[in-house]
Amino acid sequence: MNIYLQTLKRDLNVAIRNPSSVLNPLLFFVISVSLFPLAISPEATTLSQIAAGIIWVASMLAVLLSLNSLFHHDFENGVLEQMLISHHSLPLLILSKITAHWLLTGIPIILLSPLLGLFLFLDNEGVKVLMFTLLLATPSLSLIGAIGASLIVGIKNSGMLLSLLILPLYIPILIFASSAVSQVSAGLDISAQLYFLATILVVSLMLAPFISALSLKISLE
Amino acid sequence: MLTLNNLSCQKGYNLLFDDLSLVVNSGDILRITGTNGSGKTSLLKILAGLNTQEQGTIHLDDHPVKSEEYQNAVFYLGHLSALSAELSCLENLKYLNALNQSTDEQKLIDALNQIGLQGYEDEYCGKLSAGQKRRVILAGLFVSNAKVWLLDEPFTALDPQGVKIIEQRISKHCKQGGLCLFTTHQDSALKNQKVLAL
Repeated sequence: MNIYLQTLKRDLNVAIRNPSSVLNPLLFFVISVSLFPLAISPEATTLSQIAAGIIWVASMLAVLLSLNSLFHHDFENGVLEQMLISHHSLPLLILSKITAHWLLTGIPIILLSPLLGLFLFLDNEGVKVLMFTLLLATPSLSLIGAIGASLIVGIKNSGMLLSLLILPLYIPILIFASSAVSQVSAGLDISAQLYFLATILVVSLMLAPFISALSLKISLE
Repeated sequence: MLTLNNLSCQKGYNLLFDDLSLVVNSGDILRITGTNGSGKTSLLKILAGLNTQEQGTIHLDDHPVKSEEYQNAVFYLGHLSALSAELSCLENLKYLNALNQSTDEQKLIDALNQIGLQGYEDEYCGKLSAGQKRRVILAGLFVSNAKVWLLDEPFTALDPQGVKIIEQRISKHCKQGGLCLFTTHQDSALKNQKVLAL
């Protein structure tokens, strides 16, 4: 467990001392959401209906944008090699890196979402559910994304390939999370959507570190 | 005793080496030489458990490669720096060391001193020269408990004084019963070294 915390601390230190890698996806998130009212309509009724979808799509793309750096730097400088031959469990090391990724990307997105929700005229109940779905599903985005990032770690300019690999796996999360926000605004029960998002989180938490570890071993062969 | 039996390695369509068999005993220093692309790094990566051989077996005493006992006894340094530019020398060394064993911070500082980097503990690695970066990663040799050292181009970017420090450290390790395999294109003044030409 100690190595989990040490890896987490290391990754957070690296990211904090090189803030552009953390800020770029967040700026993308804020800018892309704020452009929608200009492109569609500034009308409150229109925006409130599509607010959850806009925020969820933007957060998904922001996470996708940040995934390239999850393993890439460590692959280029040789730290990943040392992790592979470490005495510690590789899935545990990967889980630690995924946690750092979520803390640096998922948490800021969750914290920014109420502001952007209000900006898009989302009602209070909708904002609460939006934050809860993000809290429940952004770890899944990081976990599933790590599988794709580990598969393409040795390939240069692989952003498009990562999108092709990962976006189809993100679609169910997008559908259920945004429908939860829309349905709560309509006064409907959303427990099915939340159970589904929780199930994806549990399954991806159990499988993703192991699949990523296997993928990294194959990629570095 | 490290035993390699009928080892072969292929990269793409190129057969790098075939039917390679050798025994490296405790105390041995084996220098692996060869032209670029002859398979020196591939051999070390196979021995480190990073890559898989096409055929053949590798055992350390009775333990096969990739077994827990084997991996616990191996210390591998690749030709990449394995350092993060955003972290200090000590932070980098502490993390890399933590991946394999736990060592007191004071011992790591001593290791940096021994390799000629006294006063550089808190310096960011991004600000170091190539030779200094190499020294940081080689400082790990001064705290390593591993029996088998696999060093890929350890002397690259080092000045003569740095080369001498590392050669002395390798000699001491092997006199204490360890064994060391390293690749290099340079001549080495290490005594009693054996040479494997690929």
